[in-house]
Amino acid sequence: MSEANAKSMSIIVTKGTLDWGYPPLILATTAASMGLNVTLFFTFYGLALLKKKLDVKMTPLGNAAMEMPMMGMHMQMPNIVGMLPGVDSMATSMMKSMIKKKGVASLEELRDLAVEAEVRMIACQMTLDLFEYKQEDLIDGIEYAGAATYIETATKSDINLFI
Amino acid sequence: MSEKTVLDVKGLNCPLPILRAKKAIKDLAAGAILEVQATDPGSVKDFDAFCRQTGNSLLGQQEAGGVYTFQIQKN
Repeated sequence: MSEANAKSMSIIVTKGTLDWGYPPLILATTAASMGLNVTLFFTFYGLALLKKKLDVKMTPLGNAAMEMPMMGMHMQMPNIVGMLPGVDSMATSMMKSMIKKKGVASLEELRDLAVEAEVRMIACQMTLDLFEYKQEDLIDGIEYAGAATYIETATKSDINLFI
Repeated sequence: MSEKTVLDVKGLNCPLPILRAKKAIKDLAAGAILEVQATDPGSVKDFDAFCRQTGNSLLGQQEAGGVYTFQIQKN
């Protein structure tokens, strides 16, 4: 397959929780393995996915669609329980152990595969300034840019997604 | 007769079967065959799409006891 005809995809990554970290990383790595040129633009909470040591969390709060497989059924957690201290950690641990048990890749592994596949990773400089993150807090080898860089990439991409 | 390399991705879920296959194919010579063994039912359509998109040939596909086997020839 010729490089010149390769399709391309860009994704704006705006969320940084454990569950929302999956869609952009799965799509990016899969597309890259199918020959697409992929760009990920991380902004706002998406920056959490670029931290050197990933510490992503998950909360059942406010997610009416979240049901965990437990005791042969799917259990939902009422918001009032989700608000209690420690529940988010529990939900995060539970999710991570489900992921491991079912042979699903960890976010770390997917991110490593994305870097290896030469997915272009851009961190939104404005978000860094806004939340007072430093470039040293994030992984090496990424670009720092703004919206105009993203827009230019998007005009040339076959697929543009907002996650 | 092209030699066959076997890739065992049983127990791994999407997108790992595809990602691992892509890595394995990269190291093969043109014409070589990669045999992938997976348990992920989603991989059936995925390998079809993968081959179509990357220009590799899906020579065959079998299922037995929950294990899906694909023969992919690198072009």
